[in-house]
Amino acid sequence: MSPILKTVLQRLGLGLITLFAVSIIIFATIEMLPGDFAKAILGQSATPDTVAAFQKRLGLDRPPVERYLNWIGGVAQGDFGVSFAGLGGLGGGQETTVVSLVAPRLANTLFLAGLTAIVAVPLALILGMLAALYRNSFYDRIVNMVTLTSISVPEFFVAYILMLLLAVPHVVFDSPPFYALAKINFDMPFTERVMRSALPVMTLVLVIVAHMMRMTRAAIINLLSSPFIEMARLKGVSPRRIIYRHALPNAWAPIATVIALNLAYLVVGVVVVEVVFVYPGIGQLMVDAVSSRNIPVVQACALIFAATYILLNLIADIVSIVTNPRLLHPR
Amino acid sequence: MTDERQLDYWKNQFARKRIGRREFMGRAAALGIGTALATTLASKIAGAEPKRGGSARFGMAHGSTTDSLDPATWPDTFMQVAVGGACSNQLTEINAKGDIVGDLAESFEPGDDTKTWVFRLPKGATFHNGKDVTADDVVASIRHHMGEESESAAKSLLSSITDIKADGPTTVIFTLDGASADFPYVTSDYHLPIMPAVDGKADWQSGVRTGPYVLDKFEPGVRSTGKRNENYHKSGQPYFDDVEFLALTDLTARTNALTTGEVHWMGRCDLKTLNLLERNPDIAITEVTGYGHYVLPMNVTMAPFDNVDVRKALKFAINRQEIVDKIFLGHATAGNDNPIAPTIKYAINPEPIYSYDPDKAKFHLKQAGLSSLKVDLSAADAAFAGAVDAAVLIKEHAAKAGIDVNVVREPNDGYWDNVWLKKGWCASYWSGRPTQDWMFSTAYAKGAAWNETFWDNERFNELLLSARGETDSATRQTLYSEMQQLVHDEGGTVVLVFNNFVDGASKSLAHGDVASNWEADGLKIAERWWFA
Repeated sequence: MSPILKTVLQRLGLGLITLFAVSIIIFATIEMLPGDFAKAILGQSATPDTVAAFQKRLGLDRPPVERYLNWIGGVAQGDFGVSFAGLGGLGGGQETTVVSLVAPRLANTLFLAGLTAIVAVPLALILGMLAALYRNSFYDRIVNMVTLTSISVPEFFVAYILMLLLAVPHVVFDSPPFYALAKINFDMPFTERVMRSALPVMTLVLVIVAHMMRMTRAAIINLLSSPFIEMARLKGVSPRRIIYRHALPNAWAPIATVIALNLAYLVVGVVVVEVVFVYPGIGQLMVDAVSSRNIPVVQACALIFAATYILLNLIADIVSIVTNPRLLHPR
Repeated sequence: MTDERQLDYWKNQFARKRIGRREFMGRAAALGIGTALATTLASKIAGAEPKRGGSARFGMAHGSTTDSLDPATWPDTFMQVAVGGACSNQLTEINAKGDIVGDLAESFEPGDDTKTWVFRLPKGATFHNGKDVTADDVVASIRHHMGEESESAAKSLLSSITDIKADGPTTVIFTLDGASADFPYVTSDYHLPIMPAVDGKADWQSGVRTGPYVLDKFEPGVRSTGKRNENYHKSGQPYFDDVEFLALTDLTARTNALTTGEVHWMGRCDLKTLNLLERNPDIAITEVTGYGHYVLPMNVTMAPFDNVDVRKALKFAINRQEIVDKIFLGHATAGNDNPIAPTIKYAINPEPIYSYDPDKAKFHLKQAGLSSLKVDLSAADAAFAGAVDAAVLIKEHAAKAGIDVNVVREPNDGYWDNVWLKKGWCASYWSGRPTQDWMFSTAYAKGAAWNETFWDNERFNELLLSARGETDSATRQTLYSEMQQLVHDEGGTVVLVFNNFVDGASKSLAHGDVASNWEADGLKIAERWWFA
């Protein structure tokens, strides 16, 4: 078995164990959440009898260990259960599976994250490399200043500023090409979905570019003082080629880690941007589900978030191993 | 009245068809308007007649992923407006004047007495799937909320119905457990849309209804869309080609959506920044006083509130106008301890008006044989937003009348269990009811489950019963006037304010008089509004 494959399988196994541990934490945390679904939905008319009847129907009267095993057993088979909202008299008994609720929202979130990544990652890498190349130049300082400013300002504020400038009529454009509402759905043609998502994408790009760009710059500058770069320089290799051919391949490990972290953030941490632009993503769904105590949905979302982090970190690890022969052939 | 205001007045009368074109021209001429200009004006106003076309988008203040098409569960304006008002019909509806008129029902009249009610359906009315609307559908739709098993929010509302049966294909007969002249108001409740019967049960799952728009897409917590129902049983309506309702629960996002033209209408404007929104030349604010009101009920069986003069002293010791101005930023109407909103039939404004008067408060205190008074007032924002602030203001007002109000800030959690109906004087709210009988029998009659003041007035209880079965309009006016006067004079409720519905709309939208029974033009904005 090739060493790379072995490492990947090992990491995958570890990832699964982590996920399992996380599932226990999720379940235990939600157990500790005060209030319950019946009370949240029934409000003032929640009598002890109705609440008890409800809990029985939802299976909430059984011991936690049994419920956990039922849930995790189902998840292992790809069954995330049924949303509370469609159970019993509420919703008249029409069952809504958690998957049917989460899947479209997740698709929307991945669409936004993907679009942002396509813009932000190359942009950050290029800006970072150029900043390393022209270190301490006017350009370097300007880029640093702008990106650090944009990361220091809260994202909702960036969002509102962009909205004011680009979506409100008669500020910059008389009839703005951008939309203040990013209410996308999959019936729209692709171009319209992209245009509607433009402002949230811009906001997120501004928020995550600084981190990645600074890390690229720092990693490359760090390498520029190493002996093999000096050797290359002495050979008369051009600065561009030094960075591109000699420094960058050795800098991939830290850059990949930062990119993975930021991509994970794009999936799990953008609820504020979703709220501002009313983007129907998974973050809003989870907040909604927490406030109505729709436990199966909360659990599914939390598990998806955990899996995203674990998976992206795994990929970052693999990238750093593959690009670094020293890690590939450990002595 | 200045000439300009007079002209506005006559324009308004003409637009509402209260005066004819000829009279309008005459009035305009009398105000010195030339014939040419008056003609232009007249045709411009006549152009305010509803016309068809356009796609309207509405930004709703609610909407959640737990929303369901089942009307028994409808909690807030998203489902009530987007599926209720836009796609469904009840048997009856309340119009802008507060009158009860047929919605799906063509006519409704009492049987021999008002214990039975006969509703007739129009011939040829169909569901969106082409099926004829029959009496069986109505029976199934109402039964959907009744019975032991029902968890419907409308269950208690329908508890007076002892029998409901179809009499032929287009006639439905309701039998009640007692005479009730106002029963048709009950069937206007938004929980009670008519749905097709499948195997004797109401089929809410399909979303097939009878309303002005055919439900197209429904994504809970995100949006709902509808296309014009070409076979709608009300001729002319609806006016939009299609409608879309967006769940924009974030207030800032909703406001942005309106100002950037993403939506044509938004519910529940931000009162704190309303003056900024009003400055926008493309946006018109509609504000109507609804039925909902915030109250401070006193338990009249507990000392010192068992003394009518103590209650009167407290009623005079509150500066309601200041509470309207400071807590509700002017977007409320000061109450006069009559829980019946001015737009409800037979409403009066009883004398004396309870305006802030420390001297009168002191006088009533003396009548009660007291020189000073110390009372606890329990409040929490769970009762209504601003309740605690209002209570603190009341403490200041009452101090000038020699009354020491001790404000007890209660926790929001468990407020309705531990404070309401338990403490002597507390804060509470009512979303209001469209008829006097409904409101009074819910909260003021002897033994009513939610009689929060425990008031038991013999004369009032008698009047309530006799008014309920009375059909003569003049007699009802007399009876209800006396009841309102009694609640005002002797009741234990301080009706602090009636709250207003404040909505924003693009000026491209036009509408007639706005109904005040619910938000969004009685929840029927999609049916009643049009593009100018």
